[in-house]
Amino acid sequence: MAKVPMPKEKWSGAVGRMALGDGSVNVGGVKGMPFLSFEDPQEHRPLLAGEVVDDISDFPSLVLEEFGTSAEDPVTWASEWKSRGADLICLRLLSTDPERADSSPDEAAAIAKNVADATGLPLIVYGSGIADKDAAVMEAVGKALEGHRSILAYVEEDSYKRMASTAVAHKHAVLAFSNLDINLAKQMNILLSDFGVDRGDIVMDPLMAPLGMGLEYSYSVNERIMLAALSGDRMLQVPMVCDASQAWQVRDCSEEDDSLGDAGERAAWWEFATALAALLSGADILIVRGAKAMALVQDAVADMGGRS
Amino acid sequence: MPTAIEFFKFLPKTNCGECGHPTCLAFAMQLANQKVSIDACPYVDSGAKEKLEESSAPPVKGFSVGLGDNSLRMGDETVLYRHERKFVNPTAFAVTVTDAMSSDEMAETVSRHSSMTFERVGMEFRLDMFALRDETGDAESYTDAAKNLVGLTDWPIVLISGRPDVLRPAAELLKDRRPLLYSADDSNIKEMAAIASGLGLPLALRDDTFDGMAALVEEARKAGVEDLILDLGSGSMKQVLENNTVARKVSLRRTFKGLGYPLMNCVGGGEGAVKKAMVAVMKYGSLVVFDSIEPQQALPLMTLRQNIYTDPQVPIQVKEDLYPISDPDAASPVLFTTNFSLTYFTVRADIEKSRQPVWLQVVDTEGLSVLTAYAAGKFGPEHVTAALEASGALDRSEGPIVTPGMVAKLSGKLEEALGRKVMVGPMESSSLPKFLKGLKE
Ligand code: B12
Ligand code: SF4
Repeated sequence: MAKVPMPKEKWSGAVGRMALGDGSVNVGGVKGMPFLSFEDPQEHRPLLAGEVVDDISDFPSLVLEEFGTSAEDPVTWASEWKSRGADLICLRLLSTDPERADSSPDEAAAIAKNVADATGLPLIVYGSGIADKDAAVMEAVGKALEGHRSILAYVEEDSYKRMASTAVAHKHAVLAFSNLDINLAKQMNILLSDFGVDRGDIVMDPLMAPLGMGLEYSYSVNERIMLAALSGDRMLQVPMVCDASQAWQVRDCSEEDDSLGDAGERAAWWEFATALAALLSGADILIVRGAKAMALVQDAVADMGGRS
Repeated sequence: MPTAIEFFKFLPKTNCGECGHPTCLAFAMQLANQKVSIDACPYVDSGAKEKLEESSAPPVKGFSVGLGDNSLRMGDETVLYRHERKFVNPTAFAVTVTDAMSSDEMAETVSRHSSMTFERVGMEFRLDMFALRDETGDAESYTDAAKNLVGLTDWPIVLISGRPDVLRPAAELLKDRRPLLYSADDSNIKEMAAIASGLGLPLALRDDTFDGMAALVEEARKAGVEDLILDLGSGSMKQVLENNTVARKVSLRRTFKGLGYPLMNCVGGGEGAVKKAMVAVMKYGSLVVFDSIEPQQALPLMTLRQNIYTDPQVPIQVKEDLYPISDPDAASPVLFTTNFSLTYFTVRADIEKSRQPVWLQVVDTEGLSVLTAYAAGKFGPEHVTAALEASGALDRSEGPIVTPGMVAKLSGKLEEALGRKVMVGPMESSSLPKFLKGLKE
């Protein structure tokens, strides 16, 4: 009988490892293309982060229904995620937005600290997306979370120094954002390294465009990043964060329309498809918004052989 | 594809010119460019010809199922990763009916799944095929069901039975519709291959192991069946992912020739089926057979297929032009947007929803969305002005010009350039109905 040779690649590189929280939560270390057990026995499965926001005023009601009253308070919401098996909490401090409550860095830091204490899970902390305010908010957050290694999000090409310094000072990781371009992703990692951030303290977000809104660009950029990292490009060997919650931006994801089937179910599958494309193209950490979507993703990771 | 030098090795090097080319080398170069056939040289012996044909065969063989407008092509794939080149033939989705169903039940199932269509970015998404599964083991019942099914649909059909005696009469009956026969395994390969080869129909092979599958392929080819599709199992997402990947990889890398065929996955029903189907869409599946599927799962799945199978070099786009919506006149507002399909169709649908008459000017941004085009310098005041002038929009309407809210910055420069009132529209086109109604008042 003909013998089919296994097409196992001889990769020379691997995605760097990183420990988070009290050191017991590990990410990275991938040595082959995603979920191919014949290339890489997968010591770590990708980590799943449940999203929590501190201002639900314009948050999708379908998600709020899933979480009920626990979504009224970030701490109970995060605890609910923990009981649903989330590995991390993605905390968005939207209240710090000058156009919303404009809450102070210290107020924001208190929320982050409470979430961390209540759950024990590592956090990915976002501000409101206003670079200057975020840098100030992360200074307070980084300090408050010292000893509980988390990810400060996010820095961009033209504003990274202040948040990167905070991460270094308080031993957190920093999230490097770039825009659907492998060269920009690499450039960000180089910038941060040159600035003095250890490569082991960088995670990158190459922008996961959601299903129906450019997913294919992200799928391919991520694959190219993975291939380059595995082929030995050290500046791309940092864990990748993909944000599947952006699926909710897409109109058909959740709009009410009977001909498109139940909106809640459809939204879960919309986010799931985004998440699965991220996982199969290289995500090490995945941010998920919906509870049902998270359950689908957890099952999928197990079904693809990801070990905890 | 062999190179000119590889072809040259097999030629007699006599430069006799009978092929119509002055030298054997010139002929070899044309061969490498796929401009001529090796048959034009009368002096290549058949052994060499066979070798050449083998090395010039596409790494994943393609074939068609079904008839005419509804026929579908599978295979012909050339790359592992879509950034290298476009994936060619999108994954086909089939839904199953059985010969145990009453004819009403079958009609209802076919009609429900046939009408599960969605409009997205100007395209119609739908399922592609029906599969008829033998549940009774009875040839007569199966043939009747097949007869019934062809009356209900023009779509290509998969005939599913492990029993050659059940499959044969139905295959004979439907032969002109070019159904796919499913499946041959190591227990029935001889009989199944005989049916497929006798009727000239494509055949699916089923084995969980690569070596076992390679043996089935060899048997089928010996019987003269070349249109093959391989089912390496779909027990879990892992199996779909890994088995499809291995088969595709060894074929494209040409480290093993015998698995260079399209791949299929029978995923069953329920949530697990949708998950496995999504893996198959991203990872080399040409055909996915479902028990059934719900619209709220089908739309994301089909959107995923459309995304993954777009050409990585060319974003889907529409023509730069002035599009009238709901009978606009000389007082109607002129809205403008980019020519990225997703943007255009989203905006268009929202304008239609408002029922207000509007001129929609599409600006050629090489298929980029509003912010992407703006960031790339392809959606500046000069581009918008040029498009408005070229289409005659400014003569057709005296209404206000409306910019997308995300490029509010354009309004000042535009007002200057056009000498016309320019208004800033909402950020999201979903707010256009409200905005347009407000304009009227
Ligand atoms: C997919 C994508 C890409 C794809 C291109 C997709 C395409 N064909 O356009 C690629 C990877 C090529 C790309 C490249 C770049 N991108 Co890009 N990209 C995106 C992404 C993820 C989605 C864009 C999209 O498809 N939106 C969907 C469509 C439907 O939205 P839209 O066109 O804006 O239309 C909406 C509204 O504008 C409005 N609207 C539209 N028309 C009209 C008309 C009227 C009258 C009104 C009232 C309203 C209206 O309604 C629509 C529906 O709500 C966004 C981030 C995001 N999530 O939005 C970034 C984004 C747009 N990109 C961005 C950038 C910077 C770039 C690059 C310059 C970066 C780079 N890598 O070099 C390049 C430039 C391209 C080039 N040089 O060729 C930035 C723009 C920043 C800014 N504020 O200017 C964004 C916002 C990402 C970010 N957060 O930084 N990108
Ligand atoms: S016919 Fe054959 S031998 Fe003669 S020139 Fe052409 S390739 Fe050479």
